[in-house]
Amino acid sequence: MQDLDISILFKGINFLRLLGGLWVTVRISLIAVGLSIPLGILFGMFMTLKNPIAKGISRIYLDFVRIMPQLVLLFLVYFGLTRAFGWNLSNEASAILVFTFWGTAEMGDLVRGALISIPRHQYDSAAALGFTKMQTFYYIIVPQTFRRLLPLAINLTTRMIKTTSLVVLIGMVEVLKVGQQIIDANRFDYPNAALWIYGVVFLLYFFVCWPISLIARKLEERWR
Amino acid sequence: MKKNQRMRNWMILVGMALLALGVLSGCGGDAENQPEGSTQTPANTSESASFRTLDEIKESGKVVIGVFSDKAPFGYVDENGEYQGYDIYFAERIAQDLGVEVEYVSTDPASRVEYVATGKVDIILANFTVTPERAEQVDFALPYMKVSLGVVSPDDNVITNVEELNGKTLIVAKGTTAETYFERNYPEVTLQKYDQYADAYNALIDGRGDAFSTDNTEVLAWALSNPGFTVGIDTLGDVDTIAPAVQKGNETLLNWLNEEIRLLGEENFFHANYEATLAPVYGEAADPESLVVEGGVVE
Repeated sequence: MQDLDISILFKGINFLRLLGGLWVTVRISLIAVGLSIPLGILFGMFMTLKNPIAKGISRIYLDFVRIMPQLVLLFLVYFGLTRAFGWNLSNEASAILVFTFWGTAEMGDLVRGALISIPRHQYDSAAALGFTKMQTFYYIIVPQTFRRLLPLAINLTTRMIKTTSLVVLIGMVEVLKVGQQIIDANRFDYPNAALWIYGVVFLLYFFVCWPISLIARKLEERWR
Repeated sequence: MKKNQRMRNWMILVGMALLALGVLSGCGGDAENQPEGSTQTPANTSESASFRTLDEIKESGKVVIGVFSDKAPFGYVDENGEYQGYDIYFAERIAQDLGVEVEYVSTDPASRVEYVATGKVDIILANFTVTPERAEQVDFALPYMKVSLGVVSPDDNVITNVEELNGKTLIVAKGTTAETYFERNYPEVTLQKYDQYADAYNALIDGRGDAFSTDNTEVLAWALSNPGFTVGIDTLGDVDTIAPAVQKGNETLLNWLNEEIRLLGEENFFHANYEATLAPVYGEAADPESLVVEGGVVE
């Protein structure tokens, strides 16, 4: 039976459906990452402020996101907002909102870490050379921060792509759910299909995340 | 200065990267707004009542029905991406008699109540067993099916009596009747819970638990096509009915559904449904009279 089980992948439009599901996964995560990176950079800069109120706000936001499982956030936004205020967000909007909210916090913390990792003497030397605060930031701090940030940001991106499989619980049919639908619809005739379908899903995730890592490596080499 | 030159190149790169992100996020904003404008989710009439009345559904030309997409033969998606199954057969008929299109929303056991309670779907037709707890949160129409619990286990260690489960691990899907039944009546049984049916079955196949319990219809069908597994207990607990659910207080839709089920009983619709969707799967293993409820009347 083993050799037959793979055939359900090519039955009907099953493979196209998997690709369609993959597109849902990629679309949500890329939009969320696209929003999280600029917002996270701003939030990271905000976090380095010495102001105690700014520190307090950042702390609460970051801890809230860290403590709350993403699934709970998804339910809160998708069902909770409708229950509490009657705001009816679509499941895609809810997913993007939650993943951006999460991504911004994570990215912000990475930016903060990268910013404070720049040694004090870089600022002092810049000041000694007569750079203004703005100039120091733009010419000296940002370029170095960016280089430190890149691998971490890529890591976050691939993590987000994988975490988006949670959106199935608010009714979005993404790649993993399509896989489960195929497995279930065929479970009477092809009971061993699960292994094959999950294998294909694994490969699909891999082919999405791998090029991202490749680009990152190329950029890192170029910027060294 | 060479160093300065390099810095400038840097700045250009950073600038370009930020610009690209800006463009990306611009697209993101559009994509985020788009679905809200579309008819994907039912519109809110007011804050207190987020359901759509019968007339509003007819007017919109579309009824949104929450179904399972991975629970063959009741609700599943075939290889052409089309929804199929006993629930779907009924859903298609509802849409036809309402004179509207049908839009399916894929739901999971644990989130079914939330979907109707928040008006994200008009009707839930997802093998939804009627329980007093659920009846507090949603309004059930007349039943169209009946079930009790069943327990499936591997051939080499068949569980034929509930008492045998004491101290063993039982797999259940979250939010199902099996979960509440065992929690209430058999606290000595260790429950291993999964969000999705597909995962629960895989857990049983992999031997992560000693048995799996859910509705008897479900385990019977599954055991029939999975050699090596037997339904040792085929009726457990009370006989439950399965009915469509609408949001609390949505009387126009509820009354229409009840009338529809009564009328369909006259033409023996659900027996035809059984023949079309369930008979090919169960074969001789089940008697239609033990599953089908016609006209909303349970004998």
